[in-house]
Formats: sequence, structure tokens, C-alpha cells
Amino acid sequence: MLKKLKPLSLLLFLALPLMLAGCSTPEVLDPKGPVASQQSDLIILSIIFMLTIVAVVFVLLTIILVKYRERKDHDKYSPELHGSMLLETIWTIIPIIIVVILAVPTVRTIYSLEEAPQPKTAEAANEDPLVVHATSINWKWVFTYPDEDIETVNYLHIPIHRPVEFKLTSADSMAALWIPSLGGQKYNMAGMQTTLYLQADHVGTYDGRNANFTGEGFNEQRFKVYADEEADYQQWVEDVQNSAPELTQYKYDNLLIPGVYEDGTAEFNGTHLQWIDHSKNADYTLEAWDRLGYEPKNPHAKDKSQNLLREDEIPYYQQDNTVDNSDEDMDSEEHAHAGHE
Amino acid sequence: MAHDHNVNPNAPLEYQSEAGRLNITGFWTFLGAEIALFSTLFASYFALQSRVGDGPTSIEMFEAGLVMIMTMLLLTSSFTCGLAIHEMRANNVKGVIGWMIITLILGAGFIGYELYEFVHYVHEGVTLGTSAHWSMFFILLGTHGLHVSIGIGWIILLLIQLARRGLTPKTASKVFISSLYWHFLDVVWIFIFTCVYLMGMVN
Amino acid sequence: MDLKWNEFIITGDPLILGAQISILLGGIAVVAALTYFKKWSWLWKEWLTSVDHKKLGIMYILSALLMLFRGGIDGLMIRTQLAKPGMEFLDPQHYNEVFSTHGVIMILFMAMPFLIGLINYIVPLQIGARDVAFPYLNNLSFWTFFVGMALFNISFIIGGSPDAGWTGYTPLATNEFSPGPGQNYYLLAIQIAGIGTLMTGINFFVTILKMRTKGMTLMKMSMFTWTSLITMLIIIFAFPVLTVALAMQTFDRLFGSVLFTLQGDGNPMLWVNLFWVWGHPEVYIVILPAFGIFSEIISTFARKQLFAYKAMVVSIVTISVLSFLVWVHHFFTMGNSAEANSFFSITTMAISIPTGVKIFNWLFTMYRGRITFTTPMLWSLAFIPNFVIGGVTGVMLAMAAADYQYHNTYFLVSHFHYVLISGTVFACFAGLIYWYPKMFGHKLNEKIGKWAFWIFVIGFNVCFFPQYFLGLDGMPRRISTYLPEDGWTGLNMISTIGAFMMGLAFLIFVYNIYYSWRYSPREKTGDAWGLGRNLEWATTSSIPPHYNFAVLPEVTGLDPYWDMKEKGLDQQKNTDYKPIHMPSNSSTPAIMSALMGMAAFGLVFQWYWVGIVGAVGIFITMIVRSFDYNDGYYVSVEEIKETEAKANK
Ligand code: HEM
Ligand SMILES: [Cu+2]
Ligand SMILES: [Cu+2]
Repeated sequence: MLKKLKPLSLLLFLALPLMLAGCSTPEVLDPKGPVASQQSDLIILSIIFMLTIVAVVFVLLTIILVKYRERKDHDKYSPELHGSMLLETIWTIIPIIIVVILAVPTVRTIYSLEEAPQPKTAEAANEDPLVVHATSINWKWVFTYPDEDIETVNYLHIPIHRPVEFKLTSADSMAALWIPSLGGQKYNMAGMQTTLYLQADHVGTYDGRNANFTGEGFNEQRFKVYADEEADYQQWVEDVQNSAPELTQYKYDNLLIPGVYEDGTAEFNGTHLQWIDHSKNADYTLEAWDRLGYEPKNPHAKDKSQNLLREDEIPYYQQDNTVDNSDEDMDSEEHAHAGHE
Repeated sequence: MAHDHNVNPNAPLEYQSEAGRLNITGFWTFLGAEIALFSTLFASYFALQSRVGDGPTSIEMFEAGLVMIMTMLLLTSSFTCGLAIHEMRANNVKGVIGWMIITLILGAGFIGYELYEFVHYVHEGVTLGTSAHWSMFFILLGTHGLHVSIGIGWIILLLIQLARRGLTPKTASKVFISSLYWHFLDVVWIFIFTCVYLMGMVN
Repeated sequence: MDLKWNEFIITGDPLILGAQISILLGGIAVVAALTYFKKWSWLWKEWLTSVDHKKLGIMYILSALLMLFRGGIDGLMIRTQLAKPGMEFLDPQHYNEVFSTHGVIMILFMAMPFLIGLINYIVPLQIGARDVAFPYLNNLSFWTFFVGMALFNISFIIGGSPDAGWTGYTPLATNEFSPGPGQNYYLLAIQIAGIGTLMTGINFFVTILKMRTKGMTLMKMSMFTWTSLITMLIIIFAFPVLTVALAMQTFDRLFGSVLFTLQGDGNPMLWVNLFWVWGHPEVYIVILPAFGIFSEIISTFARKQLFAYKAMVVSIVTISVLSFLVWVHHFFTMGNSAEANSFFSITTMAISIPTGVKIFNWLFTMYRGRITFTTPMLWSLAFIPNFVIGGVTGVMLAMAAADYQYHNTYFLVSHFHYVLISGTVFACFAGLIYWYPKMFGHKLNEKIGKWAFWIFVIGFNVCFFPQYFLGLDGMPRRISTYLPEDGWTGLNMISTIGAFMMGLAFLIFVYNIYYSWRYSPREKTGDAWGLGRNLEWATTSSIPPHYNFAVLPEVTGLDPYWDMKEKGLDQQKNTDYKPIHMPSNSSTPAIMSALMGMAAFGLVFQWYWVGIVGAVGIFITMIVRSFDYNDGYYVSVEEIKETEAKANK
């Protein structure tokens, strides 16, 4: 009988080392900061439990199949055996215990991830987290450093050992900011703001992306995270402040037209928050489309060209549309909800 | 239906045949699904209640008098519908038809006022697209109104059948089921009245 | 919608062109064959208008197999595109349409109808009934499902398929971000099919509650009947939520409401919530009947009564209740409060407790049994280890803090394929093979069946096991391609190879149907495996006569047919025949559903007048039905005698 099961178990035992050897440690299990490592610890703990459960079931199944397969003599056959209080209690209690054991660290980690990672040094304890607004636009990322008054497209720099407080929102579809090496994802949604704390402890370049499907250019909504020493980070900020072009509302509104960012990356002086905070005003993007003359087209249309207007053709851009966002941190409603009702 | 046609002459007419009993159980089950349907609509209404955008709020639009009249009409119709079933137990076809017609007239009055209310709102500029709040208002009330309208159409058909065939276990079970439906819509309306109108006019 | 006429039919894609040509040729061939063999009226009178639960069951299963083929092709296209980085087999738009269609078809037009087909055929037999409570409604359910399915399937040739995922999340699915008719197809096709499912739910709920034969109390029902009953209950409470959610999104797209939109203060997250309030119970709708099928098969081929029957019943009831309390686990990452995420983490993990109990009960059903390894049994045995892998990874996903890393990745994709394929799909195969002699009077060939089994199960693991690692390595779901430097190439290639193995196994399975039809010996008794335990095996002939039982059986305990055999009772000896009342066929359901399809097709393209004409037509057919007092007919004692005598030969 073992013959029948062999392929299955063989497969599993072959597969595991093969996969672990064939590639390096999976990104999620190779954390580069405190958030990702809390998650990785939790994952490894759960994997140990799960492998045990799987092993128990596989062994039991194999034994039963071998011992009780149909044979010439069936003296072991006891058709009247169809219940056992003791056994049933055992396999009700054990899963309950396992669930409890897993629930405790799960809940603890859930709560812990709601706050910025604990600083390791006394000096770091005085520092507030670095605030970065991450706005998803079909199909690009805009990172806003409000205190530094700069903005980047499709890449960002962060200092190591300092928590980053991402304020997530979206200009259009629901997206999810995800940097696997630094920690799990959270959704970006238009008309609201979510908060995600991440931190890098190692200098390096990490992959980040939108993990939540948003349509045609979804693949390419990726970005690089450069984790630098504090000094290098400051240097980068200064460079951008000194050399990057000024962000204008027309330029920004053009980013809102669905598409992949042709130039790859960009950086600007000034931030879009002076005109719009998408977490407070969900339909800004649609208004911008109207102003610019953009119209959504059937993906199967034969003619998908757009006739966008030039800046000087649109009176709106000749005036000053700055809004006051200075109270922004105070009244931006923290987004806490339990599935909403 | 593939079951015994044992008829139990002691039970009320609508319960006498196996088919009648199955239909009634089936309809109760259907009402279970209807409860799930309206619960979803109410939950959505609550979720969107404060999302008025640039549009007006409920207080600015609702008129207490109109709603009271609608409520009275529907409540009374539920009562007359009950009287019709009472007549059915007494095996009085004329009574059933008479009370059912009154029920229908009251129901039609309700629908008339509801349409008037909707048209009035549209004139004031409040439409399906005004805000999430009003979208949900029209959908919740529209679903109820549609149910009532279908009920009216259905009962008219049943009355024709009653007039032609008289009271038989089959027509009786149909009439009984339609009365369950009618009472159910009345109950839903009480929830609409409380959750949408009363609460909307308070805050 | 300003749809240009030259955009109505999708052109310019060689894959789609190929499909169009083969559909056209296939259609012509079918029509020609029916005409040549003069089978039109047979088809219409014997099948399409039939209210016989057995024929409806077979029609459901055939449609589901067709959809398994269509959905499978979609799956293979997805895997081909992902085999290597930078593939240009499908462009992103086409890729999005393919995976969206794949998801909807597999869950709503394959898994559910397949199971409903099996339930249709088997449950009335198992409870010793001659039909369902509402045979007419049963035919209508089938037709609404069929029309919904047809409508959904034409989208890729006419107008374009939905491309916002099977979840249809807003605001992506609103007009602004999904212009074109695709998403309308999604909304209207699922709506029509969903109404059919709801009617099935009511029908079988009442059937099982009210039409059990003498002596069969609730706690004497077979496990498959129990799981069906609970499934119907979940349908009754979950499907109205879907109906409302779909209607709401339809209003946004067609009639200008602003419920889920960015404009008008809409709330896109409400859709996400409503979808999963239905969606999670839905995954239990497709797994509970599968549990029932495995219970039947394992107990049959271990020759033992199901272990801990009562605990099994309690487990499914618990699962059904919990299934309504976990929906938020599909979006732990939406920024919910820590309290909410903790709560839903725990409720979700709690589901694994009754599930674990069931696994051990299946194992111990075989303990001290006499296990024979027939193909249905092999599928059921393979279910246990594979489903456990799916289940434990489910628990991992349930740990919200960890889920932030798995969500939206191939880890999740692998989880739900492990539960859905080794749960639902294995059960469909197992159930179909097990009950095949009941449906068609002969078994499927065991040898070919075992080939299909091994290739499928190995291919399945080769395809999906690597995906756990892809997920942990950061590969998101729904991406249409990736870069060589992502480092996902090797595992993706392996996965694609596994997918094609499953495709091959499916072809072998279908070939087996043909082969067995030609060469398998015909069954002579009702108890084809010789080991039957429940009443479906107690019929006179292998395929039951249209009235199922000449005399209704009486039941005294669990596994009633096994019991009868033990006691040496013979159901057929009882010849105390009485005329049997049976329902008449009806053609209004097919017509009514066709009108629904027409109305919906009009609405897809916003041709409102077509919608109105269709709606009026539907009302007319309903009125016709209301005045229809056809009470069915009686099968005479002579006819019963004749049929039974023929069957006993
Ligand atoms: C032990 C029981 C199970 C647990 C604890 C569990 C847990 C979960 C969790 C937490 C998710 C969401 C993960 C995420 O989106 O990040 C999920 C997704 C899913 N599960 Fe399960 N699950 C279980 C059993 C099942 C069963 C039996 C089925 C179906 C037969 C199923 C089908 C699915 C599907 C289809 C999805 C994903 C849908 C999508 O996002 O497109 N699960 N499961
Ligand atoms: Cu939210
Ligand atoms: Cu779920």
C-alpha cells in the first residue's frame, strides 16, 4: 500500500529542501527591519506548528491505510466501532489548545504593529518617526515628505534605524503599499488615510510595490526603497531641495492621468498637499481629468487616443488654488474601522 | 408534486393538501431570504447614512405628515388583509375578495404617495446621484415599493382565480401565502419608518 | 455607452479569433447533428423542459464539466503567461480579463453547479423521495443558472470580458476605471445565476426538511444529505447579500447612483464588505457538500459507518455559523482597528477546530475497516492530506499580523487552490465516479480513472506547492508578468508544468467517459458497488425509474440500505403498488430564463429598451404560470409493474 502513497510523500520531502536550496531565503523570511522581523518570527512559529499537524495527519493516514486495507483475512475488521468519547474529546481539545497558543502572539503582534517600532538607543528615542505620505495613483507611487517639502515619484529614501510613519492614501483605485523586506502591506484608499509603520535597520535597496490589483498597469506600479545612513539621507534631501524642479499643480494633475510613469522616477520641490490631500477629497482625480480633457475609454476601443489640453488652455491653472493643509495632522481622521458596520 | 395526496379535512383549507403545506413552508423559507435581503439593505443604509456629500441631509427633505399617511395606509391594509384571511376560514369567497380589494386600494394609495414623494424630491434636485446617502435611500425604499407593487399585481391575479374557481385547497394556499407576503412588507415598512424617517428626522 | 458597432465583436486577437471559429464550428456541428438525427423534440421534451431532479442533475453536471474545461483553459493561459519572466503571450488587459473570468467561472459556474448537480441527483434518492418539493422551480433554477452562465461566457467575444477580478472591487470596477461592458456582464450574469441558486437553496431546504421517507428522522439522514441541508441554509442567508450588492453596483454603473464611487461621498469599502459577507459563506457552500461526498465514499469503501456521526453534524453546524463571522479576514490590511483584526483572527482560527475534528473522524472511519482502493476512494484519500495542507495554511493566513505579509500574494493563491481543488474539485470527481453507475448505468473504467487520478494529484501539487514559496518571496497575485531579477523564474516554470499535468489528467478523465460508454459492462442491480449504504442504492435498477421508488422505503437507523442488506430485507419484494403522482414537464422556465438573458444582454450595453421588453416578457410568463393549474399526472399500477419487471431482468 505504501506504494500508493509514495508519490505524495516523496513529493513533499523532495520539494522542501529543493525549494529552500534552489533559491535563497524567501524575502518575507529575511527581514531587514523590526516590523518585518516580528512578522517573520510569527510566521516561523506558525510554520513549526503547522508542520507538526501535517506530520501527525500524514503518519496516521499512512498507518491506517496500510493496516486496514482489504486483505484475505479480516480479523481486524470491527464495523460496530463508530465513536469514542475519549478520542473525540482529545481531538477537539488539542486544536483548541493550538488555536489559543497561536492566538496569543498573533494578537500581541497585531497591537504592536499599530505603533512605531520601539527605538533601540536612547538617542533614537527622542526622534519622532519620519512622516512620509504615500499616495497611489494608477499606476505610480508619489512619496511626499511634508517636513522636508519635497516629493518623489516611484522611489524613496529613508534613514535607517528610524521608524517611518507612512500615511497612505490613494488618488483613485484601492492599492496596497508593500515592501516585503521591511514589513507587511496596508491598503491605500481614496478619501481616507491609513497608517503603516516600517523601519529599515540595514543599509540597502529594497523592492516595494503595489500589491493590490488596480488594472492594466498594475504590474509596473513598483518602486525602490533606498535605506541610507542618516547622513546620506540628509544629503539626499538637501540635493533634492537644491536641484529638483518645482512641482506645479498642472504637473501634478497630469500624474493623475492613468498610465505608467514614462520617465521611471522623478523628484520635485514642493508637495501636492498644497492643493489636495486625497484622503480628504476623493473626487479630486475625476475633477482633474475633466479639467485636462481626459476621458476613460473602453479597453477594446479601436481608438484610444486622448485629447489633453495644454496648461495655457486651462484658466484654472492660471489662478492660485492652494489650500491650507497645516492642520492636516490634527483633524485627519485616523482610519479605524472594523469592517465598517 | 410527487407525494401522497392525502387530504386532511380537519386542517384549514390552505393546509389540507401536501402541496399546500409544502408551498407554505417554502414561502416561510423565502421570507427568511427576504429578511437577509432587507437586512443587507438596512446595513448599507446605515453605512452610508452620513455620507451626504454636497447634498442635503434627511432632515432638510423629509415631511412628517406624508410619511404618517403612508404608514397609516399600509398598516390598515395589513389589517384588512388579515380580515380577508378570516373570511377565508369562514369559507366566504365574497368576503375574501371584498377585503382583498380594499387591501389593494390601500396598497395602491401607499404606492401613489411614495411616487409623489420621489417625484417631489427629484423636483427639489435630490436624485439617485446626489450623494451616497440619497442613492441608498432611493434603493432601499424603491426595493420595498417594488415589492408592494408586485404584491398588488400578484393579488389581482389571485382574485381573478378566486372568482373563477372559488375556494379550493390550491387557491386557498395561494391566497394565504400572498397574505404572509403582505404582512411581511408591512413589517419591513415599520423598520423603514423607524430607521429611515424617525431617526432621519431626529438627527 | 457610446459603443461603436465595430467594437461590438472583439477582433484583432488571434486567440479570441481561434475561440470564435471553434465555437462557431462546434455550434454548427451540434445543430446539424440534432437535426440529422431528428433529436430536437427529444431534447426539448425529455430534457430541457424536464422537472425530473435526476435529469436536471445531469444537465447541471454536464454544464459544470463544460465550465471546468473553459475555466481550465483560462488557467492554463494564466500559467503559460507566467511560465517565464517577460512573456508576451497575453497583454496585461487580456491577462486581467482571463484571470477575472477564471475566478468567476470556477467558483460560480463550475464548483457550485457541479455540487448542486450531484445534490439534485442524489439527495432525493437518499431521503427516499420521488422528487423535490418544487420540481417546477427546480427546472427554473437550472435555466437561470444556465442563462447566467451563457451570458457570462459570451462576454469575451462580444463586448469584452470583466477585468476587475472575481471580487470586482470598487472603485476599480466603477465606470471611471472600468469603462466598457465587461463589468456589466459580471454583475448581470452573476445576478441571474445567483437568483437560481437562491431558489435551489429554498427548494432543497424544504425538500430535505419535509419530504424524508417514513422513519428517517434528522439524525438518521446520510452525511451528504446533512451537508446539503446546511449548505442550503447558508445559501438562503448568504445569497440575498450578493443579490443586493450586485444590484447596488449595477445601479452605480447603469443608473447613476453613487454608492461605491469616488464621487458623491460614496463608500467603495462597503462593496468589499458586502462581497465578503457573501463571499466567505460561499466558500463553505462549495466545501460542505464536498465534505458530505467524502463522508459517503470513505464510509462505503471502508465498509464502516461514519465515525462519530453526531460530532460530524455538530461540526458542520458550527462551521456554518462561524462562516458568517469571519469575513473581515479577507481584508485585514484595510486599516481596521487592532481590536477588530484580533477578533476576526480568532473567529477564523476557530473554524479550524471543527474542521480538524472532521479530519480525524474520517481517519477513524477507516480505522479497523476493510479499505478497498477504488477510484472514488483514491480521490477521497488524496483529499485528506492535501486539504490539511490547505487548512493549515488557512490558519497561517488567519493570523492577521502575519497576513499583512501573505495577503495579495501567491501564498494566498496557493491556500485557496489547496482547499478548493483538493476539497471541492476532488469531491466532484469522486462523487461523479462514485454515483456514475446510478446516473448512467455503468461504471467508469477504473484503470483509466487511476491514471487520471495520479496525474492530476501529482500535477496539482507540482503546480501549487511552489506557489507558497513564491508568495513568501514577495510575488503578488494578479500580476501579468515579472522581471528576471525578481528571482521567481524557476518556481513559476515548475508550477506551469504542474498545471499542464492537470490539463492532461482532465482530458484522460473525459476520454474515460467516452471509453466507458463504449466498453464498460452495464450494471444489473441498483447497488453497483455492492457496498452501498444509503437509499440511493436501494432502487430496482441501476438508473432509477423516473418515480425513483415503486414503494417508498422505510428507515429505522443510519445507513438504512446497509441495514436492509444485513437483515436480508429486499426492498423489491414489496409489490404493494399504488398509483404514483408525478409533476408534469414545463416549458415556461426555459422561456422565462431566455427572456431574462435577453433583458440582461440589453442592459450590458445599456440598450434600455431591450431590458424593458425583456422585463415585460418575464411578467407575461409569470402570469401564464400563475394561471397554470396543471396538477401533474398519475403513473398507473400497470405501468409501475411493467417498469419494475423490466428493471429486474
Ligand atoms: C481551516 C479553514 C480555513 C481558514 C482558517 C481560512 C482562512 C483564510 C483567510 C484568512 C483568507 C484571507 C487571506 C487573505 O486574503 O490574505 C482566506 C482566503 C480564501 N480562502 Fe480560506 N480558509 C479556510 C478554509 C477555506 C476553504 C474550505 C475554502 C474553500 C473551499 C477557502 C477558500 C478561500 C478563498 C477562495 C480565499 C481567497 C479569495 C480571494 O481573495 O480571492 N478557504 N482563507
Ligand atoms: Cu475605510
Ligand atoms: Cu474567507
